[in-house]
Amino acid sequence: MEKRKLLLIIAEAALEKNLITDAKKFGAHGYVVSEVRGANQDGERDGEWEFSRSIEMKVICPNTVAQKLAEHILATYCQHYSVTMFIAEGEVLRPEKF
Amino acid sequence: MFDPVILFFVLGLCARLLKSDLRLPEALYETLSIFLLLAIGLKGGIELAKQPLITLAPQALAVIIMGFSLPFLAFPLLRAIKLSRVDAASIAAHYGSVSVVTFAVATSYLAKHAVAYETYMPLFVALLEAPGIVAGILLARLGAKTQVRWGELAHEVLLGKSVLLLVGGIVIGFIAGPEGIAPIKLLYIDAFKAVLALFLLEMGLVAGGRLADLKRAGLPLIIFGVVVPLLFSVIGAVLGKALALSVGGSALLATMAASASYIAAPTAMRIAVPEANPALSIGASLGVTFPFNITLGIPLYLMLAQHLY
Repeated sequence: MEKRKLLLIIAEAALEKNLITDAKKFGAHGYVVSEVRGANQDGERDGEWEFSRSIEMKVICPNTVAQKLAEHILATYCQHYSVTMFIAEGEVLRPEKF
Repeated sequence: MFDPVILFFVLGLCARLLKSDLRLPEALYETLSIFLLLAIGLKGGIELAKQPLITLAPQALAVIIMGFSLPFLAFPLLRAIKLSRVDAASIAAHYGSVSVVTFAVATSYLAKHAVAYETYMPLFVALLEAPGIVAGILLARLGAKTQVRWGELAHEVLLGKSVLLLVGGIVIGFIAGPEGIAPIKLLYIDAFKAVLALFLLEMGLVAGGRLADLKRAGLPLIIFGVVVPLLFSVIGAVLGKALALSVGGSALLATMAASASYIAAPTAMRIAVPEANPALSIGASLGVTFPFNITLGIPLYLMLAQHLY
């Protein structure tokens, strides 16, 4: 078992393509995306129609990749888009895949 | 007497305002919007086959110029009500672009009142999506520091779902012609109004959910959302008459000028002008202008067109 980081990003659905491109660019080997709904201080994103949809993206990767990707997302998107990020610790059985 | 299609919208609106738990499945909303876009394009394409295309070129150009110019008229009004440059530009882009659903409701209204119109109008709808958006972006970006991702934006605006399905439907209708479409007419032509009604139920739910956005927009923007469509409808109707369209055609052009996009424009603005507050633009276009247009606006625009002729 080897340690890896789980980077969890919740963002506006409009950012999905950009986040996937960025994840690949910064060295992530894979990702998963799901549709979510919720609310934060800025308001509710109820997912009822195209414009209020949110996605949750999970990337499992080494610490350096997670840090660089998170910093890039912070610098590029957080000022104008609704983004929430979370980095958690995890362990994987097949480290070569992540 | 109210068109039942409008009553579906009102039902959705009331359901949301009264906090009912009614939700249409997202997949249904997606399916209905795909169907509507294809059906509108299809009908337009069939008619287009009957025209030599070159005769439509001056009309098409005039319509594109109208779409591009409207944001430049809306922008100073929005700045006058104390909106920031980017917010004013973003909202102006919404009002320069077009709402396909408003167009669909207008054609339904004209059919109900037996008013003839040029059935190739969907071509103009497709042409009107982009110019207003481009104008709005230029208004926002002139003199600004950050670069616009034009490539990504062009891809989104020109190949986005709405334009692709509209233009695709037009091309299919054009190539297939009335005989080719006959086998699928039952769904795409005859069932159109029934599907539109169901779609408007969802639109009522969504519009009803914009109340918080409306509060943030404030009274001046709400007034803008009613007054500017009325002003723009006059421009559309006058242009329609100048282009020798029928009364119905002018009424539709007036409606398109008065309508505000709430799908294509917000998506494009999110890419090109992310600093703009979408709550304001969607609050105005979806919370005020869309309900106004489909209830009071369309009948007014038809009366305007009839008055001009």
